Amino acid sequence: MINITTNKVVKSFVGAVASISLLTFSAMAQTPAEKGLQIAIDTDKADTGWGDSTVGMKMIMANAQGQTTTREIRLKNLEVIGDGVGDKSLTIFDTPRDVKGTAFLSHTKVLEADDQWLLLPALGRVKRISSANKSGPFMGSEFAFEDILSPEVDKYTYTYLRDEACGDMDCFVIERIPTYENSGYTKQIVWIDKEAYRYIQIDFYDRKESHIKTLSFSNYSQYLGKYWRAAKFEMVNHQGGKSTILEYDNYEFATGLTDKDFTSNRLKNIR
Amino acid sequence: MIRIYNLTALLIYFLAVITISVVPISSQAGEWDFSGSISGETRLFPYSPAFAEQDKMTISPSVAFEAEIVYEWNDYSDRITFTPFARLDVHDDNRTHYDIREASWLHLGEGWDLTVGISKVYWGVTESRHLVNIINQDDAVEDIDGEDKLGQPMVNFNLEKEIGTFSVFVLPGFREREFLEHNKRLSGPFRIDTDLTTFEADSGNHNVDFAARWQHMIGDWEIGLSHFHGTSREARLLQTMSNNETIFVPHYDQIDQTALDIQYTTGATLWKFEAMSRSGQGDRFAAFVAGFEHTLYAVIGGRADIGILVEYLYDDRDSLLAPITTTDNDIFAGVRLAMNDTQDTSFLIGGIVDHNNGSSFLTIEAERRIGSDWKIELEGRFFENIDQTDPAFIFAQDDFITVRLSRYF
Repeated sequence: MINITTNKVVKSFVGAVASISLLTFSAMAQTPAEKGLQIAIDTDKADTGWGDSTVGMKMIMANAQGQTTTREIRLKNLEVIGDGVGDKSLTIFDTPRDVKGTAFLSHTKVLEADDQWLLLPALGRVKRISSANKSGPFMGSEFAFEDILSPEVDKYTYTYLRDEACGDMDCFVIERIPTYENSGYTKQIVWIDKEAYRYIQIDFYDRKESHIKTLSFSNYSQYLGKYWRAAKFEMVNHQGGKSTILEYDNYEFATGLTDKDFTSNRLKNIR
Repeated sequence: MIRIYNLTALLIYFLAVITISVVPISSQAGEWDFSGSISGETRLFPYSPAFAEQDKMTISPSVAFEAEIVYEWNDYSDRITFTPFARLDVHDDNRTHYDIREASWLHLGEGWDLTVGISKVYWGVTESRHLVNIINQDDAVEDIDGEDKLGQPMVNFNLEKEIGTFSVFVLPGFREREFLEHNKRLSGPFRIDTDLTTFEADSGNHNVDFAARWQHMIGDWEIGLSHFHGTSREARLLQTMSNNETIFVPHYDQIDQTALDIQYTTGATLWKFEAMSRSGQGDRFAAFVAGFEHTLYAVIGGRADIGILVEYLYDDRDSLLAPITTTDNDIFAGVRLAMNDTQDTSFLIGGIVDHNNGSSFLTIEAERRIGSDWKIELEGRFFENIDQTDPAFIFAQDDFITVRLSRYF
């Protein structure tokens, strides 16, 4: 992953130098693509080394009339650092009660399709499932599957747009375009705060290039003296007025989770 | 039957001993969890029965209860699970039944796990028939789709290695298949007398069965290889006379079954294959199911998924010396629609057609959650164009629709 990233930087840097070689004084400046990529790398770096975590999540789905449905979920995450591989995650459903015990295991990969399994507790069956579903809704919410995957650097190409105030902070605003297959988006505009490289807002643009959803991150806390986690994700769908709020509670790090906790055999007995 | 429940009692006693001796006294060291469901359903049989003595059962209600009590301790490495199930059926005394689905102790080690007690195991990848899934007996009075299983007493050890997961099973105590009451719907014209059941093994239903399995993931391939040695979960029904009445008596052979299951996952398509070869019931025979499941994601307003399922089923067993099967040379096709709404609305339409005689079995299922704790389900099962020579001919008039309302807690 690091090699790929470096190659990309070198290639785009060489290209940039060639194209602007006449502008002597600007030769050292970054192009918008370089600066966008650099911000993505720095954001990724700021969130490297957290190891493993567990957290509880409430998913509150509201329709246009404001009626809500809540799902309670537990998440277990394992950071994986290496070439071409991404993090591993377990998603366990506690409510609604008819889906209690359903669990979802994902091994993220950077360029290839992710490996995913589903536990169907009524049958005791673990089923390997297709990970081609990127743009479909995650558990009936306004989040698509691709919105909840770990944002590996090489899953997008980047363009720096501008600096902008975001609340009482200063943000970088970058555009990123998914490079993976089956995305439902043509682009995303991302606000990242300059001080701690935290996601503040993402605007999603659908295949018709219209601004379809906005995701806002808030209530950040710092863990292990370094890693920031938002306690609230709010996704608003601008077509139809539905929204989904994710409320995270009780983040724990260094819980002792290992690779052995993220296997399809272990999924069979997860609860 | 009584002997099995003696064995069940023994296992529950064994678990109680574990609980008392292993579970720490300190209440904060462990965690209890209690959940379950109660459901009321009614089956509707729109057509008159095929045989004169059969009950009509035009509207046939029943209620079912299932609970799951779990205690975890030792930092979630140890777990006791107790899952009782019971159904009360207005018309069919045999469908009124109870079962211990699970009464087990599970220990999760680093790269290994051990289960002792009554439990459930699922093997296989295909949807229309579960050839490879042999550990648990069918709960055949619950439904005719083979998805419901009786709890099986076992000691199961699983070891995860780089080259795959190795599993061994010791299965003491055989669970006999139950049959619907004579002269009720879906029972056929003859009485099946389970009091006269016979076994090839001298130890009868006390025979200890064994199984082993290797399962491995190699990239996009999931491969499972298994062997079972012991009492056939499927009974042969032997015709005999009793008090001037023709009856059938279940007979359980000793078998050896070697099986393979493979799934290849590519893009939105899952390619599936299950095969088994069995000896002990006439000549050695083989059977397989092969097919695919392809999903179209984010259709119908960008939200719903449509899954297309196609499977071919083959079985070359001897029709006299082996248990009856209806899926000897059949094609299954189905469409699954998941709306992906907040209420998890979904539909399934499927059919199995016999390639030789055109006999068809169609199934339609729909479900939707109501509020946060209720679910409504609708199921239709239809026997169409059943050939007189097909084993399913005795059910040709038994099309039925089930409406079920469940409350989860």
